[in-house]
Amino acid sequence: MADGGAMAAPRAAAGGTMQRMARRKSTVAFLLTLPLLAVIGGLVAWPAAYAMYLSTLNRRMTAFIGLENFAILLDNETFRGVIWQSCFFAITAVVLKALIGFWLAHMLHHIPTKGQRLWRGMLLVPWVIPPALSTLGWWWMFEPSYSSLNWLLAVFAVPAVPWLGEPWWARVSVIIVNVWYGAPFFMIMYLAALKSVPEQLYEAADIDGATGWQRLRYVTLPMMRNIISITVLFSLIVTFANYDIVRVLTNGGPRDLTHVFASYAFQVGVLSGNIPRGAAVSLFMFPLLAVIAYFVLRGINERTKEIGA
Amino acid sequence: MADATLSRRGVLAGGAAITALQAPAVFGQAMPTLRCAFWDHWVPTGNGALRQLCGQWGERNRVNVSLDFINTTGNQLQLTAAAQAQSRSGHDIISLAPWDVGSYADQLEPVDDVMGRLIVKYGPANQVAEFLAKHRGGWRAVPATSGTQNKPALCRFDLLEQHAGLDVRAMWPAEDRRGPGADNWTWDTFLRAAEACHRAGVPFGLPMGQFTDAVDWVGALFASYGARVTDERGAPTIRGNGELRQVMDYAVRLARFLPNDVWAWDDASNNRALISGRSALVFNPPSAWAVAKRDAPQVAERCWTIPMPSGPRGRFLAYLPWNSAIWAFGRQKTAAKQLLEFLGERESAEVTTTTSNGYDIPPFATMSDFRVWSAEGPPVGTIYNYPLKAHHQATPSIAFAPAPPELASQMYIQALNTKVIARVAQGGETIEAALGWLEREINNMRRG
Repeated sequence: MADGGAMAAPRAAAGGTMQRMARRKSTVAFLLTLPLLAVIGGLVAWPAAYAMYLSTLNRRMTAFIGLENFAILLDNETFRGVIWQSCFFAITAVVLKALIGFWLAHMLHHIPTKGQRLWRGMLLVPWVIPPALSTLGWWWMFEPSYSSLNWLLAVFAVPAVPWLGEPWWARVSVIIVNVWYGAPFFMIMYLAALKSVPEQLYEAADIDGATGWQRLRYVTLPMMRNIISITVLFSLIVTFANYDIVRVLTNGGPRDLTHVFASYAFQVGVLSGNIPRGAAVSLFMFPLLAVIAYFVLRGINERTKEIGA
Repeated sequence: MADATLSRRGVLAGGAAITALQAPAVFGQAMPTLRCAFWDHWVPTGNGALRQLCGQWGERNRVNVSLDFINTTGNQLQLTAAAQAQSRSGHDIISLAPWDVGSYADQLEPVDDVMGRLIVKYGPANQVAEFLAKHRGGWRAVPATSGTQNKPALCRFDLLEQHAGLDVRAMWPAEDRRGPGADNWTWDTFLRAAEACHRAGVPFGLPMGQFTDAVDWVGALFASYGARVTDERGAPTIRGNGELRQVMDYAVRLARFLPNDVWAWDDASNNRALISGRSALVFNPPSAWAVAKRDAPQVAERCWTIPMPSGPRGRFLAYLPWNSAIWAFGRQKTAAKQLLEFLGERESAEVTTTTSNGYDIPPFATMSDFRVWSAEGPPVGTIYNYPLKAHHQATPSIAFAPAPPELASQMYIQALNTKVIARVAQGGETIEAALGWLEREINNMRRG
């Protein structure tokens, strides 16, 4: 009996501790976030860490070679071209998407509410179609031998354009498709931001005799600064990681002049059987994007605090 | 010492357990499942042969054969192989692209016993198939019939006769003999014909992009000039390589007579060029002709397949073999070997080839006489010269041989041979500058 009593006391104490822990809000919050943490850990953190580990191995994945894969890549003309193309592609596409999205949002914002819904729905169509599928549609329009765009140009006696066969046209084609696909995202984000700008600010600006440009420059843009930063950052990351458009439209050609990081990583890593080097290609922009993300998010935080204060 | 403590009853029990595990499935017992990932055939009826054969074999051996046909659109099959190699789990048998046997050799079950028996029956295997499926002297995969293809010249005989004065049906009749003019079927004759057809508005549809059709035919062209970019150890052989400069010069001249967008062509572009009647010649298996038979019969009935032209070092035929390999981590390795041996038999190969309308090429030269190749039409005999036959006096080739697989696969996938030509013909570089780039690329690929 003595033994039984001695065992019961700590069990009761343990039960009490468990109950106290369960009653604490932080514990409940932690338990509720566990599924999300597991998903992030399993689908984001672990693959990223594994890719980093892979990038430090030799081709046969039998020896650790440190950062040698990155050094080899930087020594390669084709890869240096890929860096340039990826930057050109991402920056051009994001700038165009932002400008077109902003312009579309403004146009929509001034349409009466009744008709706005229809236009908003139609303009969102490119964004909701799976990009691999819509890119296939674009490929049919650009197709080297039977381009429907060239057929239309021929109607107006304009010479055929080698959309995918000539390097610069191929780059332009890839950017056109990316902008077509991504501009609706900017549009919808900017439209939401525009709707949240208090009307009184514009009224005050009007009283002060502000022109349309001044309203945009001193009221709209400052009020949208955070959303612009977030969308540009998000889109920059996604565009740098773009794969399907290049894969479907050009497969990186002609002469590797349209490859971006993701398409080149797939070619080097999976198709050519050099997984460590493919991992190195895919991780190449990670440090730069991480730094950009840090500064952009810090700026947003500071502005939010200023507004709060 | 352990033996001394082993009882008679224990030995009997152990023996019974081992026998039970090894015994073939008998009625009332669960059948073992053999999981196979085969290449999803382009030809709509192509998978039917494997379904039929595997069904037959499974029934006879009381094995449940589970088949997955995985396509190569979007490189799904290559991705599957890469994922299974990484996770060391998946199918028992997997179709591997030409260079992938070398890439995964250490994870594949040796199949020397299977190939040994097949070679005894049917003679030596195709030399390219052997080069690709053997690793460190041992067979690591069984060269497959399903999906394996040659890429000879698929011609519009009427256009070639009209514009280039070549009667290809007379040169290469549907018989085991060479006709008049066959000896002059060289790359120089080809260039003159390309120029004539270009002038007539039906240029040869030769892709120069980064897909396999382009890499394969350019590989055969290089081989027929004796132009190698590396030696057997993978060291570049570019400096002072006269053959390489000769073939580069030829390819750049030929490119002038091709459609100006061939640099962006994929594996379907050449088919479309032929089927639409815009092109007088492509290098392709009979799939383009088969589609034309359905969609443009007036084109199909004017098609004729002939060997590739010959160069200073002989005639080479672009050959793209698929391989069936058994993962070393597979659970049914013995059954997998038996199935692959069955699929390699002449009767099975003939079923496969016939079901694919003659598309599939078996890995043994002694099997180049299947009836389907002489019977298919219209016109009857159009694919008679599709398999490599003795009177072609040709050698099968794959681009970048004899480089080691781990290097060759990179050069092949990254299409270094078409890119080096494109740098000159499209990019305006000198041949020396382009070859310098090629050497740096190869050296870079060899590192790490």
